[in-house]
Amino acid sequence: MQLENFLLMRHELLLIVIALLALVFELFFDKKNKQIVIPIMLSLFAVYTIVGFFPHTTGEIFGGMFVSQDVHVLIKNILNVGVLIILIQSVAWLKKEENEDRITEFFLLLFSTLIGMFFMISAGDFLMFYIGLELATIPLAALAAFDRIKRHSAEAGIKLILSSALSSGILLFGISIFYGISGSIYFTDIAVGITTATPLFALGLIFFFAGMAFKLSLVPFHLWTADVYEGAPISITSYLSVISKGAVIFAFTMILYKVFFQFAGLWQNVVYVLSVLTMTVGNLFALRQNNLKRFLAFSSIAQAGFLMLGLISADNLGSSSIIYFVLIYIFSNLGAFGVVAAISNVTNKENMSDYKGLYRTNPKYSLIMMLALFSLAGIPPVAGFFGKFFLFTAAAKGGYYWLVFIAVLNATISLYYYLLVVKAMFVDKNENPIATIKSDGYTKLGLAICTIGIFLIGLYSPVFDLIQIIVDKF
Amino acid sequence: MNILSMFVLVPVLTIIGILFGKELKHTRTIAAIGMSVQVILAGILIYMFVAERKAGNVEEMIFIKDFVWFKALNFHYTVGVDGISVAMLALTSIIIFTGVFTSWEVGDLHKEFFISLIILATGVFGFFISIDLFTMFLFYEVAVIPMYLLIGIWGSGKKEYSAMKLTLMLMAGSALLVVGLLGIYFNSAPEGGPLTMNILEIAKVKIPLDVQKFLFPFLFIGFGVLGALFPFHTWSPDGHASAPTAVSMLHAGVLMKLGGYGAFRVAMYLLPDAALELGWIFLILTGISVVYGAFGAIMQKDLKYINAYSSVSHCGLILFGLLMMNKTAMNGAIIQMISHGIMTALFFALIGMIYGRTHTRMIHEMGGLMKVIPFLGVAYVIGGLASLGLPGLSGFVAEMMIFVGSFQHPDLFHRVLTIFAISAIVITAVYILRVVGILLLGPIKNDHYLELKDAKWWERLSIVTLLLFIALIGLFPYYITELIGVSLDPIVGKFLMIN
Repeated sequence: MQLENFLLMRHELLLIVIALLALVFELFFDKKNKQIVIPIMLSLFAVYTIVGFFPHTTGEIFGGMFVSQDVHVLIKNILNVGVLIILIQSVAWLKKEENEDRITEFFLLLFSTLIGMFFMISAGDFLMFYIGLELATIPLAALAAFDRIKRHSAEAGIKLILSSALSSGILLFGISIFYGISGSIYFTDIAVGITTATPLFALGLIFFFAGMAFKLSLVPFHLWTADVYEGAPISITSYLSVISKGAVIFAFTMILYKVFFQFAGLWQNVVYVLSVLTMTVGNLFALRQNNLKRFLAFSSIAQAGFLMLGLISADNLGSSSIIYFVLIYIFSNLGAFGVVAAISNVTNKENMSDYKGLYRTNPKYSLIMMLALFSLAGIPPVAGFFGKFFLFTAAAKGGYYWLVFIAVLNATISLYYYLLVVKAMFVDKNENPIATIKSDGYTKLGLAICTIGIFLIGLYSPVFDLIQIIVDKF
Repeated sequence: MNILSMFVLVPVLTIIGILFGKELKHTRTIAAIGMSVQVILAGILIYMFVAERKAGNVEEMIFIKDFVWFKALNFHYTVGVDGISVAMLALTSIIIFTGVFTSWEVGDLHKEFFISLIILATGVFGFFISIDLFTMFLFYEVAVIPMYLLIGIWGSGKKEYSAMKLTLMLMAGSALLVVGLLGIYFNSAPEGGPLTMNILEIAKVKIPLDVQKFLFPFLFIGFGVLGALFPFHTWSPDGHASAPTAVSMLHAGVLMKLGGYGAFRVAMYLLPDAALELGWIFLILTGISVVYGAFGAIMQKDLKYINAYSSVSHCGLILFGLLMMNKTAMNGAIIQMISHGIMTALFFALIGMIYGRTHTRMIHEMGGLMKVIPFLGVAYVIGGLASLGLPGLSGFVAEMMIFVGSFQHPDLFHRVLTIFAISAIVITAVYILRVVGILLLGPIKNDHYLELKDAKWWERLSIVTLLLFIALIGLFPYYITELIGVSLDPIVGKFLMIN
């Protein structure tokens, strides 16, 4: 193995370096000026994000355990951009007094989970995949419990770690069955080694699906989501709903398409059922929420259901529309979470009823929130419309017209509850609305990036074309 | 720059201009200037279009501009017009122009009001110039969503309920559309080759009959929801009654025409076999729309509800004429779109102005208004006469052509339905004359009505513009049939070919 082969792991190695640097800085800054770590880490991560876009080589190392093709690099870059926005948005929260002594920990844990996700995405065998997944999950539980003084936060951490431990167990059982049938854990070997759909294989597939469905919070494996989202700090909630979900869906798609492609007929039925259940249940529960974090939790469950529409088509259009949708989803959801965070940081208010009359006092926040919600609902000209429409196109290509119909009806239901927030902000009158909020430059920067993304990614078509080209190469 | 793209660009520029305005005076002036430019553009377009046709250009669509948008899926931004879309563009520009003037004194959040109103108009303009189904659908959705804010914030009555109902029903309609459009897209190249969303190219393809029969209901009902097809019309009375004046005008005047236009341009033109096979089901539904809407209008006491139900009836007549699938009736249906668009905009404008003075819309609380506000009163009477189909005004031409066309069908089914639908004319006369009688004539019921002032200049401007076009269409229908007649040929030709 040559040394330059290590460059294939460029993203992972750089991240490890940054994480270690965070530890070093911890030694040098005393308690008073620890906040300097924040801009340093931010700029390091920003530079690293840009470096990620530099030309790269493709190939595999460690005998095929680690694969890096164009599509992997693309996905990692997309996730990096998302994490960068989240980091920018969390500054105001990190600067609060109660977090003063734990700034380094935040970065360290966050980067660890990201490294885990990257290894999971690039995995060439189930072992690497599983290790990556665990590395991604365990620090997340610590992050969810980050607000030490809040009981809800601790509860979120426990719930996350218990449910993910359970789902990991189920997942491992599925993987062990695949190993038992094919005698290998390498993706390429399994794809060749399993030729007939025996009942044992079907059992393994079901366990594998259940494990992944837990991570993606698909119905009926979604029960942990709302409590965890509500309890965790907003930055972590947005990380969970956007980055974590995005990474898992990418890995899931690649395994299904690469390893189990020949059994598409088998798992497409499962995806069909999961998709309908997830969209419908997610939407129905979102209708009744008042806490905006819970509300966005259920909405993100429903969005995962829409993602299944891309998955079911089992071709390149499916995977490109999934990548595209996740990219748009990152910007839209982070836009919504950014507004919730900005308001919650100053006022501690997170309920929809508190938002009544917000437009009169905070017009810009209300507008961004509205755009983000419209993007989530799939209303043109913002990007969400394009993302959803292409997912529908992918499903229709496979002939799943009724599924598309159910999905669009669900999009209409989702529009109802998104409009409830819009109504609270714009239409409802309120005697004492939330006062005009002053936020720092970081919050504004984060929201500005989201807004630009929400407009640009949809209307500027080369983004989708580029994704399609990269996926076609894969 | 292609003249058609200007129709989208000018509103967008207007919106940007309004963003910089501070006071109501600025925003309304900018809006008025922008929309006047639209009217001029429409005039130029008609002139250029007629000149092009005279010069012997017999292409189905002219002024075509094509940009590849999403290369991977072969979605394009394609614009082009035939006579029908030219007429619809002209209609839209007139109504948005008058709409801006009727909202001259909008109070609260004026900037946001004009921006939302013009976004709505942008969607409508974009819809009529598109000949790529993807772009068309995009603009369709752009037109629907500002309605929520417009009704929710500036509306009256139970506005939140109405706004939500309207938005959700129209969005559910577009759920049907998505399925239909994707179905057409994936059947647009049966012999291989790239799939396309281009209407002209899909029209050349023969989609298998069973596929057509599956897709047709999706598309026809999907557009029919917006065109107030019975039983999917229930959003319309509530929505119109709660909306602010300019929005009612634009919505009843233009947006509901999107439904009729889409129904024939997409559903019937691209799926002609299915239209012939399944048309009868929808013909019955539209017949019910026509009569039911008229009866509904008789029962109402609120001026806006009366006009909203009458819109259901008249828009039902549009779909009714289209589904007759012969040239005379379809011609009538298109003229009905324009005629009803202007007529209903006039009504809603007048109702808004009367309401602004009397602060009630209940007809029984008013009376003798003709004596205090003669200008508005006379305009109301003229509008009413056009609506009940008095010869010499626009309504007569349209209805006459639709019924003559539908009577050309010799079979019993069509004959019975036609007679059934014609009965609505009588009912229309009843509710129009009843309202005129109670509202305008008789003694003045309330003393404070004596102090009412007649129309201001901006109100007169919008009313006179609309009245002018009602008379013009009524007196010179020839020019319009000339404009749209040729464009109907390829569509009607599809049905003849099958026969």
